[in-house]
Amino acid sequence: MSVAGHFSYWATILLMVAGLYIVIARGNLVKKLIGLSIFQTSVYLLYIAPGKLIGGTAPIISPAFKVYSNPLPHVLILTAIVVGVATLALGLALVVRIQEAYGSIEEDEILAADRAGGDEE
Amino acid sequence: MTFAHLPALEVVVPLMAAPLTVLIRRSSAAWAIAAAACAFSFVAALLLAAEVAAHGPISYHIGSWAPPWGIEYRVDALSAFVLVLVSGMATVVVPYAWRSVAAELPRDQVYLYYTMSCLCLAGLLGMTITGDAFNLFVFMEISSLSSYVLIALGRDRRAQYAAYQYLVLGTIGATFYVIGIGILYLATGTLNIADLAQRLQHVENLRPVLAGLAFITVGVSLKLALYPLHLWLPNAYTYAPSAVTAFLSATGTKVSVYVLLRFYFSVFGLQLVAERLPMREILLALSIVAIASASLVALYQTDLKRLFAYSSVAQIGYITLGTSMASRDGLTAAVVHLFNHGVTKGALFLLLGGVALRAGRAGLDRVRGLGRTMPLTSLGIVIAGLSLIGIPGTAGFVSKWYLALAAIEAGRWWLAAFVVATSLIALAYVWRFVEAAYLCEPDEKTPEPGEAPLMMLVPAWVLVAACIYFGFDTSYTVEGARRAALLLLGAAH
Repeated sequence: MSVAGHFSYWATILLMVAGLYIVIARGNLVKKLIGLSIFQTSVYLLYIAPGKLIGGTAPIISPAFKVYSNPLPHVLILTAIVVGVATLALGLALVVRIQEAYGSIEEDEILAADRAGGDEE
Repeated sequence: MTFAHLPALEVVVPLMAAPLTVLIRRSSAAWAIAAAACAFSFVAALLLAAEVAAHGPISYHIGSWAPPWGIEYRVDALSAFVLVLVSGMATVVVPYAWRSVAAELPRDQVYLYYTMSCLCLAGLLGMTITGDAFNLFVFMEISSLSSYVLIALGRDRRAQYAAYQYLVLGTIGATFYVIGIGILYLATGTLNIADLAQRLQHVENLRPVLAGLAFITVGVSLKLALYPLHLWLPNAYTYAPSAVTAFLSATGTKVSVYVLLRFYFSVFGLQLVAERLPMREILLALSIVAIASASLVALYQTDLKRLFAYSSVAQIGYITLGTSMASRDGLTAAVVHLFNHGVTKGALFLLLGGVALRAGRAGLDRVRGLGRTMPLTSLGIVIAGLSLIGIPGTAGFVSKWYLALAAIEAGRWWLAAFVVATSLIALAYVWRFVEAAYLCEPDEKTPEPGEAPLMMLVPAWVLVAACIYFGFDTSYTVEGARRAALLLLGAAH
């Protein structure tokens, strides 16, 4: 198959790498979570795109249709989306509490505050 | 009737207990519900293990949908063994949590601890019992999300940041795992683990399968804190509430090891893992580095919780070392160490929780003269420490013994020598506690701490006793591990 025929895979890989890069390269905790979400979104595409057949219909057996799309990936990804939302919500909640405790959501400032704080409670 | 549905109830009962605790809110009622749910899952796990030992693997079809279409719960020698460990540890930690959590958390948050620990237990049990690869991902996220919250409950503000770090790394790990499963699904069209194993043998284009293997390896290794993917672990264990550290250190990483074993031996098969990719060599190298470096780092810690957290990274190295040998003795050592280390670390962190409660914090400078002020706690730490080193007569010796046997059997004398040599480093860091507790005078400035409350001491000593008991009577642990090893190797052919 051609490069264009694999279009959805290229998009998936691009999103995957971009998301992971943001998580690693950014120091801002909210930006890290955005990267994490993009990374997770790429997986949704990885599952959903191959499930779709051009001209395929929902899998309801009828003599009128010969080609069906696979519904299972959609169901799986519905679950994965819920997991992604829960992760993002929990992550943001933690960032709010970090902001309250440290007064910053920049990774280097938090680490500096911890180093300065030493061992005292 | 109910007995036939035991595999489902094993997971469903703790899962349903969690929302119940939120509805009731009273911390004592939440405690009772969590205790009942944990005890139920422990009894159910023991019954399932007995059933598996007598009549072979159990396959339970959720909603009566036959696999591979429906989700299958599968209990065999290995998963029953891990189920007993996880639910048993939960049952020991619950009575401990009554005093410990009340002391460490604000009163209005106490019930949330029980909600989250029930959810975490349900997730870990589900990961172990399920026979469906995607279902495993969902349970993995249930247990991970609840453990992030549990860690964030820590008093120190650094607990928040540790939980955030764990959330980011844990989510990357889970996402890598689910990418791997996606690739396998594209290659085979199935998600059932047994069906997957069968269909993988007929896949002609192996390249995507190997990519899936790589993704799953990295994802699960992040979860089990294999060196160098362990960075989340020391902070998470150090700043989490004591009961949480004890429970997670004894179960969380162990269940991830189980997932790795399951995928390497039951799904991909030894042939694919060992011959197509140098996975055994990679695992061996990483395990050696993990054991050596984490043990040395542990030697220089001044906080006892952090010291034993690094020691956990090293001990996980022993488990993956046994896995990398992929022989009968090697896998027996891996599975038996999974159990023994769970019990030993559980005991240590429970006892350190008592120290933290009485002395404010489990720092090496706070435990001076602890042998006199908290004699039972210090004695327990010493015994569990001996088990960590692997002194004969303790559980840790049994696992080290099989590990050395497996190394010698494979003709690697240097590896057996390495296991013994690194145990000496463990001796050194346990000695640092002994020196402070028994050879130093108590600080005159600090008030006499006194022994930990009985509700915390008894569960901890149950585990300390288990460290000794499983050092002498190995019929349950070694036999169970051997059956599990044979099952894993049998599936490989």
